[in-house]
Amino acid sequence: MLILTTVLTTGALTLTACGSRDKGGDDSSGKKQTVVIGVDAPLTGDLSALGLGIKNSADLAAQTANKQNLVPGVEFKTQPLDDQAQPSVGQQNATKFIGDKSVVGVVGPLNSSVSQSMQKPLNDAGLTQISPANTGTELTQGDGWKTGTKKRPYKTFFRTATTDQVQGAFAAKYLFNNAKLDSVYLIDDQKTYGAGLAASFKDTFTKLGGKIVGSDHINPDDRDFNAIVAKVKATGAKALYYGGEYPAAGPLSQQLKDSGTNIPLMGGDGIYSADFIKLNKKATGDLATSVGKPVEQLDSAKNFIANYKAANYKDAYEAYGGGTYDATWAIIQAVKDVVTANNGKLPDSDLRAKVLDAVGKVKFDGVTGPVSFDEYGDTTNTMMTAYKVTDGAWKPELSEAYKP
Amino acid sequence: MHELPQQLANGLILGAMYGLIAIGYTMVYGIVQLINFAHGEIFMVGGFGALTVFLALPSGFSLLAAIPLMIIGGVIVSVLVATAAERFAYRPLRGAPRLAPLITAIGLSLALQQAVWKWYPDAKKDRSFPQFDGSPFHVLGANIQRGDLFILIAAPVCMIALGFYVTKTRTGRGMQATAQDPDTAKLMGINTDRIIVMAFAIGAAFAAVAAVGYGLHNGQVGFRMGFIMGLKAFTAAVLGGIGNIYGAMLGGIVLGLAEALAVGYIGNIPSMELFGGGAWKDVWAFVLLIVVLLVRPQGLLGERVADRA
Repeated sequence: MLILTTVLTTGALTLTACGSRDKGGDDSSGKKQTVVIGVDAPLTGDLSALGLGIKNSADLAAQTANKQNLVPGVEFKTQPLDDQAQPSVGQQNATKFIGDKSVVGVVGPLNSSVSQSMQKPLNDAGLTQISPANTGTELTQGDGWKTGTKKRPYKTFFRTATTDQVQGAFAAKYLFNNAKLDSVYLIDDQKTYGAGLAASFKDTFTKLGGKIVGSDHINPDDRDFNAIVAKVKATGAKALYYGGEYPAAGPLSQQLKDSGTNIPLMGGDGIYSADFIKLNKKATGDLATSVGKPVEQLDSAKNFIANYKAANYKDAYEAYGGGTYDATWAIIQAVKDVVTANNGKLPDSDLRAKVLDAVGKVKFDGVTGPVSFDEYGDTTNTMMTAYKVTDGAWKPELSEAYKP
Repeated sequence: MHELPQQLANGLILGAMYGLIAIGYTMVYGIVQLINFAHGEIFMVGGFGALTVFLALPSGFSLLAAIPLMIIGGVIVSVLVATAAERFAYRPLRGAPRLAPLITAIGLSLALQQAVWKWYPDAKKDRSFPQFDGSPFHVLGANIQRGDLFILIAAPVCMIALGFYVTKTRTGRGMQATAQDPDTAKLMGINTDRIIVMAFAIGAAFAAVAAVGYGLHNGQVGFRMGFIMGLKAFTAAVLGGIGNIYGAMLGGIVLGLAEALAVGYIGNIPSMELFGGGAWKDVWAFVLLIVVLLVRPQGLLGERVADRA
């Protein structure tokens, strides 16, 4: 696989190099300059269902911009790299993107922990990064966010997903106020995403008057949770909140139900995947929150869904399709703004710096709603939705713009 | 304390699985002094073999009737891979220093993982494994899932069969002789090459049975499942006394129980809150191993032997 990736990358690099050599002055003859948008996501492994949705949605955005001839003289291309959900691989990918001068921005990754390893090199290179899925709050607001001192650590990082602070709090409020479950057992997988989500959930849930009857941590590679399930059962909790992702959440939920404890498992967008239901025969009644409104309910997403279907991708767009499309589009829009400001031509130097500057100011109506970024690089759209597994699929229960 | 019966049952099920896999480590080590670190992957391919058989059966085929076929499928795949590994990866290195086959084993383990990842359809993420429907059995305050009965029955049956084979049959006794002194055994007319292949094959067959148990227990198989299970089973083999087949099963069960109880109770001990819980269970498994080895370096049932010169 490594060899394959290397070959593909080298191939892509050669191609783009050819592309830029071709341009040499004959813009008028209709030759287009290639602008590459890097995409980093887990394309293989446990989380590949989500990652492939990201890859395809970014590709769709680039294709659509090309078809509309949105930026005359510019041809957009995506270059997907597989991070295998590993921070170390993500960092290597970041260096690859930095080394390729035709890359003007990076969409991704999926995991907050991977983002942590990519942020610094991308920031040093001044290369814009927009994640459709990272919800780790400290990524944009610094480690001090829990105590109220927000400070943006990296000026190149943006996201179209809201933060775990919003997501965990929204889940707590939904569980306490709407589902009327007031005692919860809390489990997380000790990763950046899972632990942050669980912490934010706990904070709001106890403030509302709910009780955390026990808490535990698991190893995300584990598949046998019967020992913990026996503990959960003994506490008589009315729900289990899990901070983590579906590969472990699926068996955890099933073993919980198998033990005769018929309480719902609730999680964040990390479990909001069709694979969660596929891996868990007793998922009915389980809950999840995810960022934005379900794209199927949005008028703004009708085109996206139709185009995605028409493009015949092998994999579904999954939880982050809409957000990825918007993240990619934000970079495309920024390139357009830069070209417009430069008399209809791509600037010869400082393209990355100019794109970064422009991304901070973009404002457009995207698939998931209005897209723009605040002073931390966070999306201004804090719409959240709670979902429940009904008849073998995730069904939206409640959507609202949530401010903790 | 009313979760104790459940925790003991969980530990027993897990331990039976470790024990069955540990047989493969212990037999191979007992005969050729090789730690076959690829054994975890032999276990993993067995799971995929069983899954393949299930997927090939017509829909509507009852799972109970499918299980024997799945075991056969898993065993065939595991045994083929294990004997091929013996023939092409380990036999050429038999006279080499002990580190050489050890490194080969680790390389083989990675290669097998990658092969399944690359060529088995959809194996890039976990594949769901068939499961028994129906409510669990209540035994002495613990819930036993229907699928878990498989491993609880298979483990003792396999142990009895193996004990009979090793002590009562001609090849079994040849195996004991080879374990004691391969050169002399050869002089006595024992085909030691065949005995070694048998040891690999039996270990692989048991690993495949454990893999079916794992699939029924967890509801899924994945290309990475062999790594941690293999490591635990190796630990169980050492814990029980490597080279001793009954020790492997005992070590597995002790390890499984220790894990379940560590998750359940260490967090309840005052000032140990931080070290309880699921994330620490692997740590406690190895702490147990170290403690046992400090007190009994030969393992629970192992005999103290002078290292062969």
